[in-house]
Parts: sequence; structure tokens; C-alpha cells
Amino acid sequence: MDRLSATLDRLGGVYLLPVAIGLLTLVVIPTSTWFTLTVAGLAMGMMIFLMASGLSLIFGLMDVLNFGHSAFVSFGAFIAAAVLAALAGWVGGDSPALNIVALLAAIAAATAFGAAAGWFFERVIVRPVYRDHLRQILVTIGALIVAEQLILSIWGGVPIAVPRPRVLEGSILFGNVAVESYRIFAFALGVAVYVAMHLVLNRTRIGLLIRAGVENREMVEALGFRIERLFIAVFMAGSALAAMGGAMWAGYQGLITPALGSEMIVLVFIVVIIGGLGSIEGSLLGAIMVGLVANYVAFLMPKMALASNMLLMMAILLWRPYGLRPAVRG
Amino acid sequence: MGAILRLDDVHTDIGRYHVLHGVSLDVPEGGVHVLLGRNGAGKTTTLRTIMGLWRARRGAIVFRHHDISALHTADVARLGIAYVPENMGIFGGLTVEENLRLAAHGGSFDKDRLERVLALFPALEKFWDRPAYALSGGQKQMLAIARAIIENRDLILIDEPTKGLAPSIIRAMIDAFREIASDTTILLVEQNFLFARALGSSVAVIDDGRIVHTGSMAELAADEALQTRLLSLSLEAH
Repeated sequence: MDRLSATLDRLGGVYLLPVAIGLLTLVVIPTSTWFTLTVAGLAMGMMIFLMASGLSLIFGLMDVLNFGHSAFVSFGAFIAAAVLAALAGWVGGDSPALNIVALLAAIAAATAFGAAAGWFFERVIVRPVYRDHLRQILVTIGALIVAEQLILSIWGGVPIAVPRPRVLEGSILFGNVAVESYRIFAFALGVAVYVAMHLVLNRTRIGLLIRAGVENREMVEALGFRIERLFIAVFMAGSALAAMGGAMWAGYQGLITPALGSEMIVLVFIVVIIGGLGSIEGSLLGAIMVGLVANYVAFLMPKMALASNMLLMMAILLWRPYGLRPAVRG
Repeated sequence: MGAILRLDDVHTDIGRYHVLHGVSLDVPEGGVHVLLGRNGAGKTTTLRTIMGLWRARRGAIVFRHHDISALHTADVARLGIAYVPENMGIFGGLTVEENLRLAAHGGSFDKDRLERVLALFPALEKFWDRPAYALSGGQKQMLAIARAIIENRDLILIDEPTKGLAPSIIRAMIDAFREIASDTTILLVEQNFLFARALGSSVAVIDDGRIVHTGSMAELAADEALQTRLLSLSLEAH
């Protein structure tokens, strides 16, 4: 058993799980459908990863239970929708370059807003309740309600249609399998963000401090670093990523409501818990598994779709109570 | 020999509990100075209060003529005080190199210093690129101490380094501590009297949050009656 475990670890360990899920479902799902579902699952996973990775770092480093995280997702979605609507000429025009510029502008606006709102949120709402989980839950849920009401008062309660850039409207054919261009773009953006985060966390001194701080804040301070100065940067980055995820999700869904963030936060928390606290790799792994399972189960057992991710979380926690790849190790 | 660190009537509360009841202690410059005491006597609280990890409610902590009792932990560390906690404080997800690099000034190693540290703890070089969680208990303790000395520190606070270690590793630790103490001051908290006796030049005994004895280690080591009286205080008191 130990030898089998060691061999599996050498081959990739828990990273083999999405591959195993994919191969298992390939047995029962026709190949072309399986390919479409897999790409959809990967794209969905990458968008959830954007939303979850920041929350995981905030949780891990700052020990803050931020239930208001979904407000950044909602605002990101609505700001992106507003920018896309304002640039309707570019979004629906014939120039692929202008199509992409419009989308990137929408994502950039949402991300910038997320960072700025994150700064305000940390300074005004979270900072007074550090080290007090009960108050954190209360004030962040309160802030989430206020944020949703703000969205309601600005954009109204009627669902808003989000235009997709024309260049990403259609599908790309791989043999006889059609894959939506937007999903490929979402997957590519997620990979790019993951690579950037991985490089920052593993190749820079700030990244080293963040990884150490996630494990043991007190010891980082005993080594001479004022870790609270990192908090604001991590909170802003986490909020910006959530808003970016919201912007991408808006385009993916095509129709958004003020409750978008609250609907997504359950999946986001599942990903953080499955992946393990404070770990970017864990968040990526958890998000991809959630995306794949959601799509495969929706096809195979539609009535189980809602419960599938909860069941996945339960199964993983029974096996690994600290998640698949927690940042803190003994 | 002047005191590098002076605690004067230090009181510390942990939550509702008044743990240090006016600790007064002088730590002379150079050598190994031992703080002995039973479990719960206030040894760890004393070290954590010096580091600013728990705030002193009253009293003064003076390090090289600076009152550090109100300083942030990071500022205490920057003054030249290193801390090795009882749980070692190793970052398990970081490699051995990253653990050491974090403590190195500006993130880059002084070559001579690194060579000296690796000469003291050769096992660390062998596991240089391995995550620290994969190290044995003894190797983790070596890493924790190596991290404390990877930069030149004036004072190192070490909390029960022998806890749970095999005798062979404790013997290696004694040699390493002697070498380290040749150019720095160590305040060592210990329950293992044999280890403390092998290293310490002076000793203070703490009981119920108060210093109940200070003197030379040689004096305590030679006086069995005094050892019995001081080190069994806890049994009589509880």
C-alpha cells in the first residue's frame, strides 16, 4: 500500500485526481460530448479558480473569514457588463482586435475596481475585527448585503444581458467537436493568472513572505517582518482576482443578477476547502475538480447536479480533512 | 560583565490569567544563560514577552539600553534578538533553503556565515532543496537554530530545544550551542537539567511567574540540596 502511495505521489499524487475523474467518465460518456464537457468544466474551473484563489490566500494569511468576497465577484460582473455595453460598437464590430480590446478593458476595469474596493474593505471593515471570527462573519455578511443593495440601486433588479465580443461568439471545431471560443479564452486567462501567481509566490521575496505568513504569521514577525503590511496587498489582490472572475463569469453566463456573487460563493468556499487553506495549487486543483464534476454530473445525472459538489467536498474531507493540498504542513 | 538584557518587575497576562508576577532578571553578555523551571512556571511566557509576542502589562524590558517592552515583535527582532520557539516555528511548506533565506538579511546569504552554519549542521545541506516538513524532529530543530544564527544576532532566545530529541542529537546540540555561544549570547529555557548544566554559565530558576533563584550554574550543579530545593519547588507548591 505504501509503495502504491509512493508511486502515485511520484506520478503526480493528488494532481492525478482530475485526470482520473476525466478517464472514468470517458467510459460512460460519448467521446465528442465528453470533450465538450471537459472543456466546459476546465473553463468553469478556471473562472472559479480566479474567484477562489484570493479568498484562499486571505483566509490562510490573514485568518479572515470574508463572506463579503462574493460582493467583489458581483461588482466585477456588473462593471464588466457596463464597460462592454459602453463599448458596444467595439464588442459587436468586425475587428477582432477591437473585440478583444473591449473585453480586456472590461476585465481591467473590473479588476481595478476590485483592487480599490478591496483596499477600502480591508481598511474600513475588516481591520477593526482582526482576530475575531464572529465579528468578521457578522460585518462581512453585513457588507455583502450593503453591496448587493448598492448593485440593486445602481443597475436595478432586472437581469442584465452581457454581450460577448463577436470574435468569441462562435465555436472552434476540433474534428467533429465544437468548443466555444469564450471557454478557451476563459481557460487561457485562468492559466495565465495561475502562472503569474505561481511565479510571484515562488520566485519573489514577497511571495516567500506570503507563503511563510500563511503557515506561521507569528514566526514571520519574529524574523523581523511587519506582516500586517502584507495584509493590505494580499487583500487587494484577492479582491481584484474575485472581480476578474466575476467579469469572466458574466460573459460566460450571458445574463447577470445582483445575486450572482452570493450564488457563486458556495462553490468558491467548496473550492477553498477542497484545495486546502492558503494554497494556490490547492485552489486550482479544487476548482478544476469542481468544474469537471459539475459538468459531468449535469450530463449523466441532471437531478444530482446541485448536490454533486457538496458530495465531492464531503468525500475529499473524509479522505483528507485539511484538503488536497493545504499550505500548512507539519 | 554588563547585562545585555534586563527585565525589571515584568508582569504579563494571558487572557484572564496573570502569568508573570514581576519577573526581574539580568542576562549577562556572552555565553549561555539558562532559565529553568517546571511546566507552567512562566519560562515560555518570559521569552514571548521579551519578543513582544505577548505584551508586558507592567515593568521594563531593556535590551542594550533600549526599552523594548512596547516594541512590535518585528522591531525587537531587528534590534538583533532571534527567537527559537518551543515548536521550532519551521515553515513546513518551504524548503530548507527558503527557511534560511527568509532570515538572511535582504534575502541573500553571507557566504562565510552560511558555511559556518552548514558546518555546524551538515544535515541541512543534504536536505537543502527538500520541504522542511519532510525533516526529522532533530533536523527541524537544527534548522530552527540555523535560522536564528544565519545572521549575526546579539541575543538568541531558545525555548526547550531538547524536547523530544534523541540523546545522540542532544549531544550534537551541546557542541553546536558551545560554538554558537562563542560570539553571541544565548538565553536558554530548559527543563532538562543535564543539558542545561553542560552549557550554562549562569542560571535563573522561575516558579509561579517569579524568579526564585539566580546564580552561577557551577554553584547550582555542585549543590545537590539547592537543586532539590529549587527544582522541586513546583511539587511542593502544587
